[in-house]
Amino acid sequence: MSDFVQSLRLWFAPRRLREQGETPDYRFSLANERTFLAWIRTALALIGGGFAVDQFLPDLRWGVRVGLALALLAAGVLCALRAVNHWVRCERAMRRGEDLPVSRFPTVLSLAVAVVALAMVVVVVFGWAGR
Amino acid sequence: MTGAGSGAGSGAGDVAGAGSGGSGTGFAAADRDPGLQPERTRLAWRRTTLSATVVAVLAAKQAIHDDVTAPGLVAAGLSALVWIGFLAVAHRRIQSLDATRPQALSHRGALLATASTVAFAGFAVAVLL
Repeated sequence: MSDFVQSLRLWFAPRRLREQGETPDYRFSLANERTFLAWIRTALALIGGGFAVDQFLPDLRWGVRVGLALALLAAGVLCALRAVNHWVRCERAMRRGEDLPVSRFPTVLSLAVAVVALAMVVVVVFGWAGR
Repeated sequence: MTGAGSGAGSGAGDVAGAGSGGSGTGFAAADRDPGLQPERTRLAWRRTTLSATVVAVLAAKQAIHDDVTAPGLVAAGLSALVWIGFLAVAHRRIQSLDATRPQALSHRGALLATASTVAFAGFAVAVLL
């Protein structure tokens, strides 16, 4: 946890990051930036999914609809925050010449998306059966 | 950092090396990254602005759902503002990528991009509940 607080401090202290190690090859920084952007797009897609669940599934019961939408939106927010955190940590690791940070987040996110998708399937099937 | 011949302004006197700097382009062939990293990064920003546009349209549609109300209009306006802010960040970054050896992404840019993403989610929650 203290590791997280430390990298959280790095978010807002670019100068402290710049004091560490050496500036890596600009191509590595650009690759890191593209990874960051890919995660931001994932976050935007999840948030768009949250909007879409609310707008395009009006027949669902209120609780189910809002629950699904909130789950997607929360996943999107987590994804965005994690994107910037991972970007900062990779940037620091490259400056120090360390290994890039490993992360459990992709696994957790894929499992969460799978659960939401399964919930959608169940909801849709039971919604049809109920009619 | 920015060596001679970066950008389009290759006037007289800043020709990078002997025999380079031909025909108006500011880049000598040897200076350009063969992996086209700046271009790929630029396109990644473009894709991301497209995703942000889709989300902003969904947010505006959500805010002015069936009847136009004052809070709905405010929410739609706010999401439009966030969208414009994101476009501005992307535009600045795309411009700064137009160098031979671009600087790394600034913390401010990364945080602003993240903040606008989170703001969209915040609007969604506000409209939902």
